[in-house]
Amino acid sequence: MRERIVTALRYLFFLLVVRPLVLLVLGINLRHGERLPKRGPAILVANHNSHLDTLALMTLFRQSQLPQLRPVAAADYFLSRPWLAWFATRIIGIIPLERQVKPGAGDPLAPCDDALERDEILILFPEGSRGEPEQLADFKSGIAHLAKRHPGLPVLPVFLHGLGKALPRGERLLVPFFCDVFIGEAITWSGERRGFMAELEAAMAELAAEGDFPAWE
Amino acid sequence: MIFAWPAQPVIWILAGLFGLLVVASVASRMMARAPGELRQRIRTWWVMIAVFALALFLDRVGAIALFGLVSFIAFKEYLSLIPTRRADRRVLFWAYLAIPGQYLWVAEDWYGMFLIFIPVYLFLGLALRMVIDGATEGFLRAVGTLHWGLMITVFSLSHGAYLLNLPAEGNPAAGGVGLLTFLVVLTQANDVLQYVWGRTLGRHPVIPKVSPNKTWEGLIGGVATTTLAALLLAPLLTPFSLWHSLLAGLLIGIAGFFGDVTISAVKRDLGVKDTSTLLPGHGGMLDRVDSLTFTAPLFFHFTYYLYY
Repeated sequence: MRERIVTALRYLFFLLVVRPLVLLVLGINLRHGERLPKRGPAILVANHNSHLDTLALMTLFRQSQLPQLRPVAAADYFLSRPWLAWFATRIIGIIPLERQVKPGAGDPLAPCDDALERDEILILFPEGSRGEPEQLADFKSGIAHLAKRHPGLPVLPVFLHGLGKALPRGERLLVPFFCDVFIGEAITWSGERRGFMAELEAAMAELAAEGDFPAWE
Repeated sequence: MIFAWPAQPVIWILAGLFGLLVVASVASRMMARAPGELRQRIRTWWVMIAVFALALFLDRVGAIALFGLVSFIAFKEYLSLIPTRRADRRVLFWAYLAIPGQYLWVAEDWYGMFLIFIPVYLFLGLALRMVIDGATEGFLRAVGTLHWGLMITVFSLSHGAYLLNLPAEGNPAAGGVGLLTFLVVLTQANDVLQYVWGRTLGRHPVIPKVSPNKTWEGLIGGVATTTLAALLLAPLLTPFSLWHSLLAGLLIGIAGFFGDVTISAVKRDLGVKDTSTLLPGHGGMLDRVDSLTFTAPLFFHFTYYLYY
């Protein structure tokens, strides 16, 4: 019973809050939307500038696909307070990830593996944090471990722009801007970690170069 | 009450528009070689005309709020395209608040405030707010582009909504709703007609540096057919005499052209083709209402001066 209430809350939160916020208050300019996976398992890999990134990516899918969407987010941040932890894990549906690997703590990527086994779609931000708004940072290689364990799994680079202008790190006031979402071609595990990461970062840089963005200093 | 039944002539016009849409959809389907973009454009016209019809069936306040939403989307597109300063985040937020403000004056029928709010109070207020933050590098560009955007997307467009406040006695045929229908239908028809004339007969460019596809043939053919349409529609929707109908048609045709090329100049300056991807086949909201940013205030004052 309680499960069903939480599921209903999650559905309503996305229908009544997230979708109007992302699609009406902000507005998405989507390019290559046809490349989005119809079903899991798959991983979306995006650059990270704002808390809005996750919400914007989740609205790219139909409301009925909500149970399959799992953003991977920092456990140290999102599990730090009980209310936030409940909201992040139950309503947004995050998979908490330990950013610092502690010896003897087990495999930090195991929950992601399980989700992929269940044909879910992971949303991952390999920059590790939101960082400086609208700046691309180096990717962490956790994504390579996941791709290696699931050969053939489509990994889609997604370039986001504008969400860091609307709500950058450390700001509470949301200022509406249209946001660009460019979906790249799916990449699969190439058999070698460094090559895979280079391929992913190159695909991301290529997507970023598709846009012609106004200055924001 | 949220809904209101518009005057009979407005309903005939709407029925006519939906009739035209049916014809356009069937024709584009029968043409084997119709480009995909044309079909997409007609599909989007269905949505836009449905929203316009909804606006005419809403009561005055509802229709004004819908106009406010159009201004919000157009202003957001503008701010997303122009260079902005990170230091101005809060100033931009205040500028957004001008939209509910301006449309509140429209809804309150406070004519004096409606006229000066953006040209005087926000003109001074946004500069003041930016000065308090103290970022002087790029100040003139930031304050100038911000206010220009508010003028074009909020102040100008809100004149269309203000037509709804004009007393019904001034226009026994169809009231303020009739005047708004006349303005919007002719402005959009003028866009389409100039495009069609230009595509079929266009040879001599008018303003090649801004819009290479705009030709004298398109401009003259468009203005002439828009004026003809104005002469036909005016007795149904407006209180205009024959002469005034002719002038209103010319005004909408010519001002619409300049609104269109002004937004084209902005896009060319910024190096973008469309203002967003909101309306498939058309571009963004600002691409669709570009002509209206010029025709709305000019048509409003034309009507206000002559008949109210």
